[in-house]
Amino acid sequence: MTISADHTALGQDSPEQLAGNHVTEGAAAEAVRKFGITVEDYMLPARHQIQMVDQDGTLNAHTEQGAQPGHEYALPGDAELLAAYEHLVVGRRVNDQNSALVRQGRMAVYPSSHGQEACQVAAALCLADGDWIFPTYRDSVAVMARGVDPVQTMTLFRGDWHNGYDPAKHKVGIQCTPLTTQLLHAVGVAHAAKLRGEDTVVLAMCGDGATSEGDFHEALNFAAVFHLPVVFFVQNNQYAISVPLAHQSVAPSLAHKAVGYGMAGERVDGNDVVALLAVLGRAVKLARDGSGPLLVEAHTYRMQAHTNADDATRYRQDSEVAQWVARDPLKRMQTYLTGRGLLDDDGAARIAEKAEAVATQLREGLGADVPVDPQDLFRYVFSTPTPQLKEQSAMLADEIARDEAAK
Amino acid sequence: MSPTVTTSSEANGNVGAATARAAAKAAATAESAGPQTITMAKALNTAMADAMHADSSVLVFGEDVGTLGGVFRITDGLTTTFGESRCFDTPLAESGIVGMAVGMAMNGMRPVIEMQFDAFAYPAFEQIVSHVAKMHNRTKGAVKLPIVIRVPYAGGIGGVEHHCDSSESYYAHTAGLKVFTPATVADGYRMLREAIDSDDPVMFMEPKKLYWSKDLVDLEGLRAEHAANTERGTSSEGRAAVARPGSDATLIAYGPSVPTALAAAAAAAEEGRSLEVIDVRSIVPFDDETVCASVRKTGRAVVIAEAHGFASVSSEIVARVQERCFHYLAAPIRRVTGFDVPYPAPKLEHYYLPGVDRILDAVDDLQWED
Repeated sequence: MTISADHTALGQDSPEQLAGNHVTEGAAAEAVRKFGITVEDYMLPARHQIQMVDQDGTLNAHTEQGAQPGHEYALPGDAELLAAYEHLVVGRRVNDQNSALVRQGRMAVYPSSHGQEACQVAAALCLADGDWIFPTYRDSVAVMARGVDPVQTMTLFRGDWHNGYDPAKHKVGIQCTPLTTQLLHAVGVAHAAKLRGEDTVVLAMCGDGATSEGDFHEALNFAAVFHLPVVFFVQNNQYAISVPLAHQSVAPSLAHKAVGYGMAGERVDGNDVVALLAVLGRAVKLARDGSGPLLVEAHTYRMQAHTNADDATRYRQDSEVAQWVARDPLKRMQTYLTGRGLLDDDGAARIAEKAEAVATQLREGLGADVPVDPQDLFRYVFSTPTPQLKEQSAMLADEIARDEAAK
Repeated sequence: MSPTVTTSSEANGNVGAATARAAAKAAATAESAGPQTITMAKALNTAMADAMHADSSVLVFGEDVGTLGGVFRITDGLTTTFGESRCFDTPLAESGIVGMAVGMAMNGMRPVIEMQFDAFAYPAFEQIVSHVAKMHNRTKGAVKLPIVIRVPYAGGIGGVEHHCDSSESYYAHTAGLKVFTPATVADGYRMLREAIDSDDPVMFMEPKKLYWSKDLVDLEGLRAEHAANTERGTSSEGRAAVARPGSDATLIAYGPSVPTALAAAAAAAEEGRSLEVIDVRSIVPFDDETVCASVRKTGRAVVIAEAHGFASVSSEIVARVQERCFHYLAAPIRRVTGFDVPYPAPKLEHYYLPGVDRILDAVDDLQWED
């Protein structure tokens, strides 16, 4: 079997011939039968990133949006686009507010997704209520967009506990700092749901550098072998802290890695929320219908340093950053929606007000001094504390009591 | 909680006397339907099957555990009985197995997963240490991970490199993991059922040299015991057992070293010295109460473990006993452990493994003349 160079459909062949010798069962073969294209055309990403709205806010011609068989995308509806824009504005405000709170010492650290808000918003909005999402430490805006309280979302970064929300209640995994370990948790959640016959889809997030990790490979392979409804969503923001993508991978694109697992991959402009909603929305639908897993790579850019502790000027040029300013996801969406008559000054003001309310909530919530309970150290290690932990807990309580008495 | 631990008559293993005793018992009770002579492998297998019958959320997966029934046959027949959705093979990726188990447990399942060999579990170390052990704590109890990670461990089987590691210390050192290790056939059943029942993750360390050890066991009795414990909310979890009562010194052992300790105690008895053998059973949580009660009674102790002695579970036991029993001790606590060397090739392992003679030498050193 050879990889077809021109990705044209071979409509005259039977599905079995199209599927080839190696792919006779599984998601890819099913999709081949569904779309009547070659398995390569199904699994390989489109020749270019899928982009619907260009950086000037102009809707691309249909032929440029991903018009190849098996890679055709419908324009999301107006309500969905307006909701996405609102989340974009809120997300940008949250990113900038949190960075300010870090500078004021109100938060210990905040990995900002400034510039990546379109990815954050689309990842959250493409899912249905019962679906799960597994975020990384940079995906706070996506976590909030899934309905988690802003202050609870930031607990990890404020430093009072390692996590502030109930993952099972929100169906949002905890924000993971070890790279790609959460992708396997996503696989497990999807597997359990599939065994129970539920139609849950799980979206699992990671960055470009993380694709070098072993768990990235294991998660994609497990999901494919067990035919699970997982959408792997890679935000390629070009850098893993300081190391550019060229040092992580020489694959044609990260989306091409899908082929090796027998799943479909797609590339999308990660600063075009319209294309992201279309591509992720379709991936989620395919996964729910049994054609999962899928891999989506979004090209975006981390506009700020890795965290406040990082100095991005040591490894990238201002001129490179400036190029990406022009591709800003908010600005192009504002231009596009205004041009379509979907957004006017009143609408923009209402959205800005909402973003300001969330920022106020963060300032007030993170500004308040919440007392920590030292006994929490022991309370949650096990469901039932061991005798050893009870001893240590008593020791600390005694130590604190003596300190208090001495005051 | 009132623990029900009755293992003093269940000691077994590669010990001639114990096997003979078991055979005699088997012959004596051949007419009765209850007790039967089974291997630890069968006890573990039965525990999984019973747990799967009792709870449809219990799943078994790992490498070769399906059609083959595991390289040690511990999962034999589970796929046939429960189907491929309940007991299945995964791709060869240990981190993947553990990481997927985390997600399944987050979504209502109780995975019982097999690491094929001790040293093959190391690719999963990050998942175990960073997620399995910590999820309950970091979510303030919102997410429980009732996962059992079965690890065939330790040597004594002439295994090649990377098949004989005693890896229990790595897990015992990690806050948030329970670490169990059975030494008897009955405990194989009893402790695996308790591990599967646990809402906290359990590293279930199975001494592979004891897989084919046999004992006379009343499985129906064990099932009834489990049912009664479940109803009362009691269990033997976290409790050590007196594997052989004695009065002159205490041998503290776990897993593969328990039969060796019992053999040493039997040999010492012939020389007129009465040694008590404690089977630790649960490394985490550790039963200070039972261990220290024995040492306070005898005043002398030897800790026996196959693992390297340096920075190990045996070091921890010595430290704990010394802190709690100092004024009862007639002699410094001695250890008989593996040397601080990589696990040796098969032709050299008998030099490495703690044996009866080395244990008796240590007992002789416990300042009997003072």
